[in-house]
Amino acid sequence: MFRLSFNLLRRDWRSGEWRVLLLALVLAVGSLATVGLFADRVRIALSQQAASLLGADLRITSTRPLSSAYRAEAVARGLQVVESRTFPSMVSREGRVLLCEIQSVEAGYPLRGKIEIDDAFQGGLVARNSSRQPPVLVSGSVWADERLMRRLDLRVGDEVGIGARHFRIAARVVKDIDQSVGFASFAPRVLMNDADLASTGLLQEGSRISYRMMFAGDAVQMAAFRAALRLTPNEKIEDVRDARPEIRTALERAEHFLGLAALTSAILAGVAIALAARRYVARHLDGCAVMRCLGAQQEQLLRLFLYQFLLAGVLAVLAGLLLGYLAQAWLVSHVMPDAQLPEPGVMPALKAALSGLALLLGFAFLPLLQLGSVPPLRVLRRELGAPEVSAWLLYGLAVLVLAALFVWQAGGFKLGLVVLGALLAGLLIFAGLARGLLRGLTRLAKWFGARHALNNLSRHGVAVQVVALSLGGMALLVLTLVRADLLESWQGKLPIDAPNRFVVNIQPEQLADLREFFTDKKIPVPQLLPMVKGRLLAINDKLVSGETYAEPRARSLVEREFNLSYADKMPEWNELVQGKWWSKTDSEAANFAQLSVEEGIAKTLGMHLGDRLTYDVAGSRFTATVTSLRKVQWDSMRVNFFVIAPPRLLLDAPVSYLTSFYLPPAQAATGDALMLKFPNLLLIDTGEVIAEVRRMIDQVSQTISVVFLFTLASGLAVLYAALLSTQDERMHEAAILRTLGADSDWLRRLHLTEFAVIGLMSGLFSAASAVMLGWGLGRFVLEIPVRQDGFIWLAGVAGGMVLVMLSGWLTTRKLGRMSPVRILRSE
Amino acid sequence: MTAIVQAVNLTRQVVSGELPLVILDKVSFAVEAGASLAIVGASGSGKSTLLGLLAGLDLPSSGSVMLNGNDLFALNEDGRARLRGELAGFVFQSFQLLPALTALENVMLPLELRGSFDAKQRATASLEQVGLASRAHHLPKHLSGGEQQRVALARAFVCQPKILFADEPTGNLDAATGAQIIKLMFELNELQKTTLILVTHDEALAARCGKQLRLVAGQVAE
Repeated sequence: MFRLSFNLLRRDWRSGEWRVLLLALVLAVGSLATVGLFADRVRIALSQQAASLLGADLRITSTRPLSSAYRAEAVARGLQVVESRTFPSMVSREGRVLLCEIQSVEAGYPLRGKIEIDDAFQGGLVARNSSRQPPVLVSGSVWADERLMRRLDLRVGDEVGIGARHFRIAARVVKDIDQSVGFASFAPRVLMNDADLASTGLLQEGSRISYRMMFAGDAVQMAAFRAALRLTPNEKIEDVRDARPEIRTALERAEHFLGLAALTSAILAGVAIALAARRYVARHLDGCAVMRCLGAQQEQLLRLFLYQFLLAGVLAVLAGLLLGYLAQAWLVSHVMPDAQLPEPGVMPALKAALSGLALLLGFAFLPLLQLGSVPPLRVLRRELGAPEVSAWLLYGLAVLVLAALFVWQAGGFKLGLVVLGALLAGLLIFAGLARGLLRGLTRLAKWFGARHALNNLSRHGVAVQVVALSLGGMALLVLTLVRADLLESWQGKLPIDAPNRFVVNIQPEQLADLREFFTDKKIPVPQLLPMVKGRLLAINDKLVSGETYAEPRARSLVEREFNLSYADKMPEWNELVQGKWWSKTDSEAANFAQLSVEEGIAKTLGMHLGDRLTYDVAGSRFTATVTSLRKVQWDSMRVNFFVIAPPRLLLDAPVSYLTSFYLPPAQAATGDALMLKFPNLLLIDTGEVIAEVRRMIDQVSQTISVVFLFTLASGLAVLYAALLSTQDERMHEAAILRTLGADSDWLRRLHLTEFAVIGLMSGLFSAASAVMLGWGLGRFVLEIPVRQDGFIWLAGVAGGMVLVMLSGWLTTRKLGRMSPVRILRSE
Repeated sequence: MTAIVQAVNLTRQVVSGELPLVILDKVSFAVEAGASLAIVGASGSGKSTLLGLLAGLDLPSSGSVMLNGNDLFALNEDGRARLRGELAGFVFQSFQLLPALTALENVMLPLELRGSFDAKQRATASLEQVGLASRAHHLPKHLSGGEQQRVALARAFVCQPKILFADEPTGNLDAATGAQIIKLMFELNELQKTTLILVTHDEALAARCGKQLRLVAGQVAE
């Protein structure tokens, strides 16, 4: 049986029977593998890049010395470990002092990423350290960042005093890593060798030291290590995802999008395979009838074809994998030459291969069943087809396979189910609408050819074609739409003049002077926001503490002090998602005890609208009701608060102010002037972070564009398969019509009418479902506003008609010229 | 009487492997209007190829066909299609009805291609002639072989063609049904004074035609 399958396969291959089906499968696996491998590499690259910002894959931070047990555990697992200590201290030079952040590091630091230094800062002469070896921080020397060098007017080689010792500045830090999360990194930074720390005499009881232990190594070991960690309450764990909300958001969106693109390829591939299988079955009905006559049993026939499909499937999958590998390699070298992506893993290839086989079986298996049950009588009466397999069963299996693939490829139920829901709804609605529309049009048609075309369409399962094309079109339109909005929302969130400086610790009596300072320096006066520190004590009168929560993030949030703020109006870069913002009269009247909470933290800490929260602010307590939830764009680079209250609620609390503003690079010295004038202020430079986020967004944008091209190619493959699937019927029909006297002009009009109607319906349905799906994705998955306008309808309908008519014309133009003699031989 | 179909030195050869294979070798004959001709011969003798050339469905390697005074191969494919539409009706062994159209719509097809206004009435009348008025709205797959061939006959005669080309019209039918079809075909032929050119294996059928042309290995055997 197996040998017969093989022989049949070989013979069919030579006669070209398999080409369309295998082409679809090769394209399917190819695009899945391309997307998978490429996305994998980019994903690894992105997290490595983010890890390099952190200086490690993972780190534990604490205000107390860290247990050496962590180190032992990590070393036992083959991970690399370094420790560092960070604390604020004065750095002095010739009587001038400046508060700095000193970080002492062990040899081997950083574990991830690279610190770029310039060891010849001689009054503007720049010679960056370009050697491949990581620079070594020699005992007795320090590296200082530009802020320190500028403010104390230092050069490489100068000496500075830290604590009881003097150090030589060995280099200027050009590009730093391991900048702390959020506001900690406010001061100029100095890096020193950990061995020198003791001799400075700064390590004393009560010193404000932040202890960090950093880990890096194999991802599997890393995950196991992380899972095994049992931290004490004042220890905090950070990895790429915890560390940088702005990078985390970018990374998650990118992953969602790439998952979506892979899904799109899967849908398109399935559709193309289904169409190709339909043609394959139609062409093999005769052969099967003969074999049935010769005594083949249903089950034998089925096995015969199943083996063929599996054999051909494996070959196609291998070819697809090769194509995918080559395509992504080409992509990397031509589209992202500077990206330095790591080699892809084996998993995406395996995933693509298994998905390909699943698609083949899911979409081709039931049509194959039809072959098994061909009535032998077909040998005598050719018009006898196979009994129709229930359409529900046919689509049901396909949908089931897609569902499984969706959840697998998307790596999440939410994305998978949103797409799948739209798909199912689309299938049902399209099929119904297509029938109704065809009937209506047939009644209206005046020209006989048009009526004939419409008749043809409504009687030749054209619904399959329309559904196939609609799905392809929907996927493409959604990708176009979501892609544009995704890029737009990112770019929109990081305008050129996104704030790059944060100022903290502004005292109420300094507000007027500070405003005047900004006006003097011709910098738009930023909004100065009040900040009050408070500790959450209870939710609905139930005491909360670290133990209340299992999640580490929730624990650390509860254990530390919250930054509360107050305002009459909601910050314009926040969005109200639930409840109501207080009115001015509210806040002045008796019911001023209201709070507005950021929705993310509300979810983490289990707070809801109407809950009563009790806070301790500087020893006095208040209780207020949550009356609104806000959405905050953490990647906006602006000052954001988890909790905001009406001004009257925090009237008596000790307050300081903070703000963020954009300082053009040319005006960097203004920052120094600010610090000179207001020495108590903390100025945080977030320019580096912004640049890093921008670089990442650029790379992701490029990836998305490339992945989009692949989806487009798969879409065209569907179109090709759809047209080929009815090619035989069309050829036969054209021969009869020509015999009866139809000229090529008439045939062309007939075909163009058919294609125009197919294109129109597919375009209409694509646009309708894309609008719905786009909305669902934007609202529930990507959490970005997706713009809805008429363009998508225009693009769907016009694009659908033009594309289908053009490719239809290309595939049928020969029919007009074909000699009808084949009608005599087509028995 | 003038010849309505005239074949002169019709030759058709194909290249199979390395050697040219001659399917028809300088076949010449003429058929007068209203006459009937049976083309007979063994399988592979070139009967269907000859019919295809006479109807302009295929191109000869050399030679010519005059159809009602028109040089068939001087016309292009579209010209030949139009000429067929004006002059010819067809009946095929495997019926060749369009599967997506009902019996009535199949019969209307050649009329609609000519732009007739009364296509529906004429097609209905034609279906009545072949005794299938009650099956007018059935699709081909719901008709028996004999019924399908009767629809094909109705379609062939609905335009009152000058020439009817028939390729093994009973080849796919049992003897009794075949006999009915033949009877019907000759009746319609008599009624409309159509010229009949018929390809068949069936000697009895051939004997009913006025003339017979026997092909042996692509040549006319006298």
